[in-house]
Amino acid sequence: MIKSGTRLKSQVCDTQVIVVKTADSLDELRAGGAPMVPLEDSVAGGATLDPAFAGGAVMGKRYVDDAGAEVLVTKAGAGTLSIGNVPMTIKEAKPLPASD
Amino acid sequence: MSISLLLEMAVSADPDRVAVVSESARYTTAELNALADAGAGVINETGARSVAYVGMGGDMLPLLLFSAARAGQPFAPLNYRLSGQALRELIARLPQPLVVVDKEYLDLIGEVGDLGGGGIDSDTFCARARTTAPAVQWPDPDDVAVVLFTSGTTSAPKAVELTHNNLTSYVTGTVEFGSAEPQDAALICVPPYHIAGVGAALSNLYAGRKSVYLRRFSAAEWVRLVTTEAVTTATVVPTMLERIVSELEAHPTPLPTLRNLAYGGSKVALPLVRRALDLLPEVGFVNAYGLTETSSTVAVLTPEDHRTAYESSDDDVRKRLGSVGRPVPGIEVVIRDDEGRPVAAGVPGELFVRGEQVSGTYTGIGSVLDADGWFPTRDLAVLDSEGYLFIVGRSDDTIIRGGENIAPAEIEDVLVEHPEVREVAVVGAPDPEWGQIIVACVVPAPGAAPQPDALREYVRQQLRGSRTPDRIVFRPELPTTPTGKVLRRELVSELTEALQTVQAEGAQ
Repeated sequence: MIKSGTRLKSQVCDTQVIVVKTADSLDELRAGGAPMVPLEDSVAGGATLDPAFAGGAVMGKRYVDDAGAEVLVTKAGAGTLSIGNVPMTIKEAKPLPASD
Repeated sequence: MSISLLLEMAVSADPDRVAVVSESARYTTAELNALADAGAGVINETGARSVAYVGMGGDMLPLLLFSAARAGQPFAPLNYRLSGQALRELIARLPQPLVVVDKEYLDLIGEVGDLGGGGIDSDTFCARARTTAPAVQWPDPDDVAVVLFTSGTTSAPKAVELTHNNLTSYVTGTVEFGSAEPQDAALICVPPYHIAGVGAALSNLYAGRKSVYLRRFSAAEWVRLVTTEAVTTATVVPTMLERIVSELEAHPTPLPTLRNLAYGGSKVALPLVRRALDLLPEVGFVNAYGLTETSSTVAVLTPEDHRTAYESSDDDVRKRLGSVGRPVPGIEVVIRDDEGRPVAAGVPGELFVRGEQVSGTYTGIGSVLDADGWFPTRDLAVLDSEGYLFIVGRSDDTIIRGGENIAPAEIEDVLVEHPEVREVAVVGAPDPEWGQIIVACVVPAPGAAPQPDALREYVRQQLRGSRTPDRIVFRPELPTTPTGKVLRRELVSELTEALQTVQAEGAQ
């Protein structure tokens, strides 16, 4: 299982995420249709953005799946975040007033 | 997750946004990022294993906070109001510190050379950060990011360790990234060594809100900056709130841009909250409750809560104006009795909190969390039926008079509503007959000369007889920490001395 705090990047777009809550489902984490890889890995190239998964990953949003996994987008990109073929969903937060 | 990443995200979203304004200094997110990278290089060159800071903050706070994080070393902002001796003692408790000192305080801690070569003044640090090659490391999320010394109102200062994970959990859990409007600006006047100062540096950057620093607080300067920098949000400690309200009452000034004013750091007396609400009806007030050990705020009374409570005719709802609101996301609270059993709503006990942002770890002591991760706040509190949290006081401040436990806040809340009382602190003084007696230290309202018996009678009418102060003493002011916490220990020792003198004279 991927460790919480791990940083991952897309192979086909600019998207980067950090794992906030881990779950086994994250082994199937993809961006733009291609598996995400550790930030420090070099990307082989060749893979391209799948038009079916080109909805974009929004900067600073948390994305969740049904298995309890949660990732935070640390760099926006053109690809959709998905677990296998199932898109992750944005976790809506109740806005809090600024307190410090 | 490292706090470094918060800055990296801010740059990624908008490199040209002005993030920090402090007197003549203005930095964009990209400029702050470059300075932090190079600042890490400066720290690295010295071989330091921690970074201490003695100074008034401003842009130095975010700069050093992120430089230390990028260097993978803990950052310890120290209370510049302490004596040189006290500062040297705290510095000696840090591992191989690089001590960065504002020019004004070089004399106070002695020549920087005396610190074993590990000292540098703030201007030199900044100058070198413009010429040094970056040296960035990624710390482990469980590494210590910030060390803050507690104010030591009840015991010697303890060094609270906040990890990267604690702080980023707090920020990402309570702030929506980039949620601020482009014109938003926060005015920061809490000192750099206070958890709210650290919280402000991180939260505002993450929200995408410009941070405007006021290094030396005065109410007039605060009002001026709100106007000139078009400030939209601000956070103050109670003493500052009192001065701002008095300033605005004396010199009415419209503050059309100000949307939110948060207060916290210690208890705010209800008459002051009402004065502020009446004076600034367009402003949303926020009461934030948190501890150093919890990476800042754990409960918030929102602007809507304030309005609802203030306008309600239902006593239970009205009372909430004096509450600290409800827990923030990611924080659980429970109130326990002396045997550690959770109590029902309405029953007071000790407040325990749990969540990723809670550290509960002190240097040299270790973690004080229990097996299930709960942190004992040592604050006495009570929850109402809707989950609003009321802080009754510190458990260390409880007065035991003739075997009966008495929370000073219960008596203070009554006395402070008396028109002739400006401020009050109730403490227990040693007494041969009762163990402790209740002494109310009262600061009279301007021009008032209240009668002790009248004040005692005022309390007796509203509380049980055992809550009536045995003695009332008058003082021109209460001794407080710079952030407004009343130094009860000092009051007790003064009273004890005075009582001993009386007894000694009586024996002669």
